[in-house]
Amino acid sequence: MNWQNILTVYLKELKDSLRDRRTLISMIVVPTLIMPIIMFGVGTVMTKVVRQARSEIVSVMLLGGADSPGVVAALKADKKFRLVPAVADYQQLISDKKVRVAVELPAGFEASLKGGGVPTVSLYYYEGELKSGFGLKAVQDFFTSLKEKTIETRLAERGLSAAVIKPFVIRKQNVAPPEKVGGNAIGGFVPYLIIILCFTGAMYPAMDLTAGEKERGTMETLLCSPVHRINIVVGKFLMVLTASLTTVLLSIVSMGVSAALGVMYFGGKATSQSATSALVGQAAEGGSIPLIDPVGLIGVAALVLPVAVFFAALLLAISLFAKSYKEAQSYISPLIVVVIMPAVIGLLPGVELNAKLALVPILNLSLVCKEMLSGVWHWDYIALIFGSSCVYAAIALGFAVKMFNREDVMFRA
Amino acid sequence: MIEARNLTKTFKDKKRGIITAVNDISFTCRPGQIYGLLGANGAGKTTTLRLLATLLQPASGSARLAGFDAATEANQVRAHVGFLAASTALYGRLTARETITYFGRLNGLAAATIKERLKGLADELDMRDFLDRRCDKFSTGMKQKTSIARTLIHDPAVMIFDEPTLGLDVMTARSIVKFVRDCRNRGKTVIYSTHVMSEVEKICDVIGIIHDGRLVAEGTLAELRQRYEETDMEEIFVKAVGGEAALVAALKNQGTIP
Ligand SMILES: Nc1ncnc2c1ncn2[C@@H]1O[C@H](COP(=O)(O)OP(=O)(O)O)[C@@H](O)[C@H]1O
Ligand SMILES: [Mg+2]
Repeated sequence: MNWQNILTVYLKELKDSLRDRRTLISMIVVPTLIMPIIMFGVGTVMTKVVRQARSEIVSVMLLGGADSPGVVAALKADKKFRLVPAVADYQQLISDKKVRVAVELPAGFEASLKGGGVPTVSLYYYEGELKSGFGLKAVQDFFTSLKEKTIETRLAERGLSAAVIKPFVIRKQNVAPPEKVGGNAIGGFVPYLIIILCFTGAMYPAMDLTAGEKERGTMETLLCSPVHRINIVVGKFLMVLTASLTTVLLSIVSMGVSAALGVMYFGGKATSQSATSALVGQAAEGGSIPLIDPVGLIGVAALVLPVAVFFAALLLAISLFAKSYKEAQSYISPLIVVVIMPAVIGLLPGVELNAKLALVPILNLSLVCKEMLSGVWHWDYIALIFGSSCVYAAIALGFAVKMFNREDVMFRA
Repeated sequence: MIEARNLTKTFKDKKRGIITAVNDISFTCRPGQIYGLLGANGAGKTTTLRLLATLLQPASGSARLAGFDAATEANQVRAHVGFLAASTALYGRLTARETITYFGRLNGLAAATIKERLKGLADELDMRDFLDRRCDKFSTGMKQKTSIARTLIHDPAVMIFDEPTLGLDVMTARSIVKFVRDCRNRGKTVIYSTHVMSEVEKICDVIGIIHDGRLVAEGTLAELRQRYEETDMEEIFVKAVGGEAALVAALKNQGTIP
């Protein structure tokens, strides 16, 4: 290996790639834009939908209740509800989203309350449907307050104070910092995105520097030079790696900037229990946008490095075999699925890191990133993952060098 | 000096099985001479020249170029050889100056040397107008000049040309031929492959006729005329390969014609 020659090849490939529109788009434009688009695009839509759902007047169907005029009147008087006439196929109407919730009052409900009975009120709703969920909560709140009033009345009848049923008060306090909650919520999503960008960032230059060169006839020109082949491969490999890491780095920076702007943008509009926290879901208590642990991001960057090496070398070796850009694309496009699959499995809840999974390339990165971003550091696994990733990377690089030295690959008829 | 000794090269092909593209070829090219390798399509010219340029490894046999062994001192051989072929294109996104400088660096030349030689070559080849323009915008003539400057930046002792006039217009082809002659006049060893009869007649000092991977005849134009009792190069060529039937059979065998 001659570093002078490697540098010469690398600098030339860098200059060449920076003049290639396709490489520029995949290396710079896509990673910078993808996070803001996801955050602000999806964020804005979600915020709107949630706010709309919250402010909607809930259409409630009352089943029964003819002999409970007090409750019915109270429901009618509540501005949150709009009562619709009862029909037999109310379940269908709920499914069709014409009615959010149906309330079934048993016969003699009010009389039973006065007489000290325990009647059952049934609420029908559509699980998982946002607006039906909000409707259910509103109706539930209504009946909870009715329940409390009934208790107070019953206690008063017996001459007891309300403290009898409230011996103490429970106060809940979340101690998890927002980044931990965030780490769990988007910790799986961040590595997924990084792995894919790491791959796509390497994809175009890898094809361009090998199959593309063969197609344009410059490969033979290059091979005529007295530079030892290994220097050419390493120079090209470094360029592909640069593209891959630039893609990842830009996406991380853009992610950080988007998150900061997101806090200002969504956070500013949001009150403590507002749309934003509903959007993020998990952070409902604090009501803030979840933050990512910045130290975790550094850890992610360190572990991404060997994986980027692995991708760069593998893509180089595979596209080296192809005679043309098109042929290389047909080999590499299916590989995207192979890369996405372990990344997605890492996203699934319940899939936790263990010694065996720490050896599975890509999946191990996905899992450990999820942990690191939520502030959990299993150093033994991290070492195992870094080590195994380095081994895979070395194998892939060796494979690329081997391919480059095979004349039946370089001069395929 | 080029000395090829019993060079043989085989390829494995899915449809055609094992192809002997170069079959036991031996010849010598001397400094200050142009050796013409004449053969039809698929005769094995490119493969022979790639073996000399160490781009391919022979199945058997050996070659020495500028005093270095192609098998054991490949990097030294490449450092003393300029290889120009239809298949050695230019980087479209680089300028002519960047391209030539790049190959100067790859040949281990110092920056000052490259600058000086680049200036000399640009003057000689009349390239100053387009030196700083990107190669993908070039005409074929400009491309060819840039390629020539690329092969000459390290001032190689041996020049290998593989059908350099293929697909060029008359004016560009003429300037190439002139340039090949210049190389010879400067004492370089030149090997030149072509399937155009008139070209070998015009410029080659020694002619080797290659057919189906074998060197079937070799000599100066005068010697060949005498041996085959013909004056026209095309007639000599047909006789040397064993008649028209042999030519057709070879083309059929490699699938060029049905
Ligand atoms: N890389 C290769 N793989 C398989 N066959 C090849 C390869 N290169 C050349 N050939 C075959 O070898 C023979 C000689 O080819 P070539 O040297 O290119 O001839 P020429 O340059 O005289 O036209 C042809 O039959 C060609 O098909
Ligand atoms: Mg040829």
